[in-house]
Amino acid sequence: MDERQLIPDLYRKEYGKMVTVLCSRFGIAYMDIAEDIVSDTFLSAAETWGLKGVPSNPVSWLYAVARNNALNSLKHDRVFQRQVKKELTMEGEKSFEMEIDLSPKNITDSQLQMMFAICHPSIPVEAQVSLALRVLCGFSIDEIAQALLTTKSNINKRLFRAKEKLRLEGVKIVVPDSREVSVRLDTVLVCLYLLFNEGYYSASQDKVLRRDFCLEAMRLTYLLIENASTSMPRVHALMALMCFQASRFDARVNDNGELVLYEDQDIRRWDEELIQRGNDFFIRAIRDGDVSKYHLEAAIAWWHSHPAEEGEKWENILRLYNQRLILEYSPVAALNRAYAFYRVYGREQAIAEAEALQLYGNLFYHSLLGELYTGVDNEQAGRHFMQALDLAGSDAERAVLEKKLEGLK
Amino acid sequence: MKEFALIFRMNGDAAAGAADITPAQMQERMTYWNNWMGSIAARDRLSSSGHRLGIRESKTVAPGDVVTDGPYTEVKEFINGFIIVKAQSVDEAVEMAKGCPILFGGGKVEVRPLVASDDNK
Repeated sequence: MDERQLIPDLYRKEYGKMVTVLCSRFGIAYMDIAEDIVSDTFLSAAETWGLKGVPSNPVSWLYAVARNNALNSLKHDRVFQRQVKKELTMEGEKSFEMEIDLSPKNITDSQLQMMFAICHPSIPVEAQVSLALRVLCGFSIDEIAQALLTTKSNINKRLFRAKEKLRLEGVKIVVPDSREVSVRLDTVLVCLYLLFNEGYYSASQDKVLRRDFCLEAMRLTYLLIENASTSMPRVHALMALMCFQASRFDARVNDNGELVLYEDQDIRRWDEELIQRGNDFFIRAIRDGDVSKYHLEAAIAWWHSHPAEEGEKWENILRLYNQRLILEYSPVAALNRAYAFYRVYGREQAIAEAEALQLYGNLFYHSLLGELYTGVDNEQAGRHFMQALDLAGSDAERAVLEKKLEGLK
Repeated sequence: MKEFALIFRMNGDAAAGAADITPAQMQERMTYWNNWMGSIAARDRLSSSGHRLGIRESKTVAPGDVVTDGPYTEVKEFINGFIIVKAQSVDEAVEMAKGCPILFGGGKVEVRPLVASDDNK
């Protein structure tokens, strides 16, 4: 393995796990200290390994050093000693001994608990996503800013406020008990769904990074599936949805980094294995009569992972979007429904449905109307594509729209 | 934004005729309903998807322990469901009701404002 790539790779894989374990040991108020300890650990790795060579088991080296660093700060950092020790002893640990358990089981447990702490209803979902990306998945501030198309200072502010809020609220790092878990789980699922979508729909050019976001969202969802108290049908449905969506990851961007519209995708680039995994999760999602928005969206994604000729594909997709919206409104679902309406009933009727949405200033609203008006009233189509062009955030999106405008001439 | 109940009223005779529709017609009706409610929901105007109300196992209870089968039979119409929508005015709620599929099957839609708990007018 390339040694220069080793530390960044380990950082991506291990940073989140180590921070999570330390933080769940110290308490949510000491997230910054946990992050500092882990960052210092990677710094020592960079120095030591450069001089003495890479140890035979780099991961256990990192864990051992992180553990020592934690114990040292405990001994030497007076604030840390007073505060953390006081809090932990108050929680009933009579003789206080700092143990840092970096076993696989404790890593998993800590990540699960941290997921619930981060996805706390007291902080906005955008902040939850940024925190999850940083603390649970170990993405750097740079990477997060790049993928979310914002500045580093924005992400830093967002993280700072979120941590402050969690500290003030005294949020406990635990999986809620059975009475509460169902309600709290919904917040976690919204965050994971958004995390996945940030990777899947991000206009960011970095395809590797976007794929990593999706994979991390799936990894965290899988933790919920593996845990008995959180393994609910809607979690399986969300996982199925992610598998079906991810199966088209390669097909929706071409080799030049341009977006390929669904209609133009090369079906051979759809990942059959992921579709099959999605089917398995979906089968397990169907029990206890639970029908969540994830079930309906997974069913829609299932139809999308099949070629157009099969069955009454668009009739079924429209029906499912209707049900999805009747369950809970979402502007994205409303726009997708209007597109499905077009596929079933044609442009004229779909234009009426789409215009009734009145989502002025929404990029997809204008590009959809541009699409629907194409061939019906090209002047209107042009106007909508131009408005969409003004709203487009990335070169890839602009390229698609410019091609559409070109096609009108 | 105000809330209005759209109450579906069915004529007894039309309902009797509904018993012998074909599965294909049934499917078509379901599609109409699904699209109509979907289009209200797509505009974020659906407040509650309400309920359908059944005929079988329904009774009417009158004073003096008088219990009769079925919905109130003295009138020829009965209620077979409702939804609740959000609208700026009753006129806007009426516009939504005009697309309701029950109108094609001999039924009517009654549009009624929900009364806020502090409104005793």
